[in-house]
Amino acid sequence: MKDEVTSREDRIDALGGMGCKRKRVEDARFTQGKGNYVDDIKLDGMLAGDFVRSPYAHARVVSIDTSAALEVPGVLAVLTAADLEPLGLHWMPTLAGDKQMVLADGKVLFQGQEVAFVVAEDRFAAADGVEAVVVEYEELPVITDPFKSLESDVVLREDIAGEGDGVPDGAHGPRKHHNHIFTWEVGDKETTEQVIENAEVVAEEMLYYHRTHPCPLETCGCVASMDKVNGKLTLYGTFQAPHAIRTVVSLISGIEEHNIRVVSPDIGGGFGNKVGAYPGYVCSVVASIVTGKPVKWIEDRMENLMTTAFARDYWMKGKIAATKEGKITGLWCHTVADHGGFDACADPTKFPAGFMNVCTGSYDIPVAYLGVDGVYTNKAPGGVSYRCSFRVTEAVYFIERMIELLAIELNMDAAELRRINFIKKEQFPYKAALGWEYDSGDYHTAWDKALKAVDYEGLRAEQAQRVEDFKAGKTRSLMGIGLTFFTEIVGAGPVKNCDILGLGMFDSCEIRIHPTGSAIARLGTISQGQGHATTFAQILATEIGLPADSITIEEGDTDTAPYGLGTYGSRSTPVAGAATALAGRKIRAKAQMIAAYLLEVHDDDVEFDVDRFVVKGAPEKFKTMKEIAFAAYNQAIPGIEPGLEAVSYYDPPNMTYPFGAYVCVMDIDVDTGVTDIRRFYALDDCGTRINPMIIEGQVHGGLTEALAVALGQEIAYDEMGNVKTGTLMDFFLPTAWEVPNYETDHTVTPSPHHPIGAKGVGESPHVGGVPCFSNAVQDAFRAFGLRHTQMPHDHWRIWKTANELGLHD
Amino acid sequence: MIPAAFEYYRPTDLSGVIAILQEHGDDARVMAGGHSLIPMMKLRMAEVPHLIDMQDVAGLTGITIGDTITIGAMTTQAEIIDHAGLAEAAPIMREAALQIADPQVRYMGTVGGNVANGDPGNDMPGLMQCLDAEFTLVGPDGERSVKARDFYEAAYMTDREDEEVLTAVSFAKPAGGYAYEKQKRKIGDYATAAAAVQLVKDGGTCASASIAMTNLSDTPIYSDAAGAALTGTSVDADAVKAAVAAMLGDIDPVEDNRGPVAFKRHVAGVILARAIERAWSRA
Ligand SMILES: Cc1cc2nc3c(=O)[nH]c(=O)nc-3n(C[C@H](O)[C@H](O)[C@H](O)COP(=O)(O)OP(=O)(O)OC[C@H]3O[C@@H](n4cnc5c(N)ncnc54)[C@H](O)[C@@H]3O)c2cc1C
Repeated sequence: MKDEVTSREDRIDALGGMGCKRKRVEDARFTQGKGNYVDDIKLDGMLAGDFVRSPYAHARVVSIDTSAALEVPGVLAVLTAADLEPLGLHWMPTLAGDKQMVLADGKVLFQGQEVAFVVAEDRFAAADGVEAVVVEYEELPVITDPFKSLESDVVLREDIAGEGDGVPDGAHGPRKHHNHIFTWEVGDKETTEQVIENAEVVAEEMLYYHRTHPCPLETCGCVASMDKVNGKLTLYGTFQAPHAIRTVVSLISGIEEHNIRVVSPDIGGGFGNKVGAYPGYVCSVVASIVTGKPVKWIEDRMENLMTTAFARDYWMKGKIAATKEGKITGLWCHTVADHGGFDACADPTKFPAGFMNVCTGSYDIPVAYLGVDGVYTNKAPGGVSYRCSFRVTEAVYFIERMIELLAIELNMDAAELRRINFIKKEQFPYKAALGWEYDSGDYHTAWDKALKAVDYEGLRAEQAQRVEDFKAGKTRSLMGIGLTFFTEIVGAGPVKNCDILGLGMFDSCEIRIHPTGSAIARLGTISQGQGHATTFAQILATEIGLPADSITIEEGDTDTAPYGLGTYGSRSTPVAGAATALAGRKIRAKAQMIAAYLLEVHDDDVEFDVDRFVVKGAPEKFKTMKEIAFAAYNQAIPGIEPGLEAVSYYDPPNMTYPFGAYVCVMDIDVDTGVTDIRRFYALDDCGTRINPMIIEGQVHGGLTEALAVALGQEIAYDEMGNVKTGTLMDFFLPTAWEVPNYETDHTVTPSPHHPIGAKGVGESPHVGGVPCFSNAVQDAFRAFGLRHTQMPHDHWRIWKTANELGLHD
Repeated sequence: MIPAAFEYYRPTDLSGVIAILQEHGDDARVMAGGHSLIPMMKLRMAEVPHLIDMQDVAGLTGITIGDTITIGAMTTQAEIIDHAGLAEAAPIMREAALQIADPQVRYMGTVGGNVANGDPGNDMPGLMQCLDAEFTLVGPDGERSVKARDFYEAAYMTDREDEEVLTAVSFAKPAGGYAYEKQKRKIGDYATAAAAVQLVKDGGTCASASIAMTNLSDTPIYSDAAGAALTGTSVDADAVKAAVAAMLGDIDPVEDNRGPVAFKRHVAGVILARAIERAWSRA
């Protein structure tokens, strides 16, 4: 054969398989402006939809006058709740088991809520139409504080208030008050409280993880196109879960699922913002059915920030107990979760607070308790996992702050406190106090590597000197050392306990090998920038021995891709990546039979070697995968069907648990509150590494979003429920200028239950980054008596901290 | 974020601009770089039924350097940054322009638009007051000039008549040390506080000082008292303190997302002290 002279190493390199820094195949089109996003879609006769939105956070809608709008040239229709009601579409189900108004049904519950949908010939006419709709409101008392909400007589959700005393149960069980959504409790409350009461040392604090927003570069939008001739609805949209959207659309519209085609084209970032279903989708579908024409709806930036899914807004009261030596004995947390006007969180059904119960973190904590109360307020709905797996950011921030607080209480070094409490390597698989079983980890090795890399001792010495200089009046700058050791829980998830709207959270891959030895693989996930077309081809290249460059990866079209639950919560690699590997192995199994036939030996006498099957003990006798592929289509092989295809639906046996060790070194100008990140070191262990370059890119992106959240990014409301941060002038989106140079590093602890040992990395840097940046700020002031100060640490809040500590006197 | 419909004009000379302004009065507005005006129109906070694009109007660009420096209104901030002669003659212009917005905005945004806009967040107005610049305004009745220090009345309210066009800014070639110091939350942000300082050193003492502050009132603040507090001193710690105290008497910041009043006042003081220090070191 012609490649006999090629070495095994060369053959491996030629595949571009797992472990190599393959360049992203997506980037050619993205960097040349040739991507195909939803707003690039233009269909014949396409109309535009735009929303009339409420200026008030809480008001009764007295009347809606659409007559002037209908006079605007180009405006064709204005939909209100009254128009949707006969179709039963004026409300829609949320992913959290609640329901949400599609268009204001008698009242509005947050500023920016959808009140009417104007359909026009183009977006300009639609915008003029929106201006011309006259809505009369009667203002109602506004509640923006979840604690006050639980005590208020004001009923936010009249539709579920019930009659007389008591409130009807919600989707997650009994409700305590008309503005209460659910109570979720995990762990052993009684024992935990006893341990805390009798503990030698306890640290206690109320931590507020402020409301923020994923703010993807591309906002949400869709194009709905109802073909009245064949009864088929095509819905293009910015969907992180296209298959689930198809099912939801079918359930709420009554259109049979085979008549709905959902397509997610290129997506410009999601970060959780594009998981849920929004009124814009429903209105576009209805408008297309009514007009018989395609209808496009695209949010503008303000609409995106003000109305589609926010993240966080958790008030976490924590208590952590330890011995005098620093051995943690118990952890207690009670969270009040502000969900806004409707409960539209995107969590697996059985987990109304997501995986917040991974809040024991990386530590061996014998007993713990977590209680979460969800509350309605006059804010936008959402509560999505912004670059994290279901509230893991909240959990990790919680434990990593509590550890720092405990270190202060113990007057101990926070790095050392972590070390003596880590779960040990030999304890894995480790059953955590709040129920999860961590698959694998080697925390001590990672921690030691990180501290050594940054010269931790040296940094502490420098910091001590800085404090002295500050006290002596030689400098006005303080130095903070931020530490974080995080454990994530990703890859949701096992169908036995993870579903969304009853849909099990498996994922899928279908592979077709073409006769000439190239292939197409389709998955149930959808890339939003993660580089799936690059990495999934690498997994397959290694599994089936065909070059990654010869494998097309396709996702996002429900007519062609196998069913899957989509991309969020770092689940693509852990779940769809596993399906890909297993489907690849099915291909290989059939290829083995074909090879054996061609080589005239028994099936067991050939073995796979990089890109071929060889006869055991006779490596000169082989058939390459390319040859086998051709044979599959051109030879009649007794007992074997023609063709070479496989499909795999993967139900993961467990979650995966990536972890990492981060260190941030920051200088803080005490007089202005300005921060300067001098150094950021990030060690990630995501198990088997598929593409180190993509991992690095993911880490950079996640850290940058972490920096944003920790240092300024927030959705803030005033007391009237007005959004104060509705544009990018005030909503902090860092640019290259604000971002430091990140140092990345890794250890490799494969997942024992995943077919290729990979754990997922897209969200780790965000999850671990936020507490690391925050801890750096807080650590700078530790020597001056600071215990805790709430995020975001923007200039004025840092200044306020310094001011309250008397550092300006 | 779609503006209401408008009529678009693109005249090629100033008289054409003025004629349209005269015809439509309040309903017409000139557009320079559009980077303040267009966002306002998209938010429908500015209604401009008749929009006059000045990109093709002859004679409004260019920088002349002499004892007096004149900059045409349509000169962009990027052109200010790139102009070697200006960087030499009035380096504070470049230092300030580099702290405005981001490169994309600066390629479009003009000096004239920045000073005519009347937004207290704009950096050029304070700078012009520090340099004691004059603005040339041309209207139906001809040309007049107004001192930058007299131009600003309130937020978005200036001495310019609706039918006048600002054609140039000019100022005497500055002497001595300079600094433009600005605190902002991120690139592209308006100032939390900014200070423009120009001072002249004679031996060990300060012969004259000019100080103006940005985004700390509803207009830029030229603080005569702060400059006076430095004049005749050796710009020692006490003098700086006195200048800061004087400046604090002149500003009137309001709370916004950048922070509460106490913070802004504190930062204003710190920023001014730093600006004075840097200007003095260059004097
Ligand atoms: C993201 C962003 C960040 C920014 N950050 C800053 C910043 O940090 N500092 C800062 O100073 N600015 C900032 N700006 C504003 C920017 O500098 C604008 O370009 C500038 O304020 C206006 O200049 P312009 O040429 O774009 O004017 P335009 O937007 O065209 O006009 C502004 C106003 O001035 C009027 N006008 C313009 N030219 C004339 C004239 N010759 N005669 C009479 N009236 C006139 C217009 O009618 C309009 O009312 C920012 C803008 C953006 C979009």
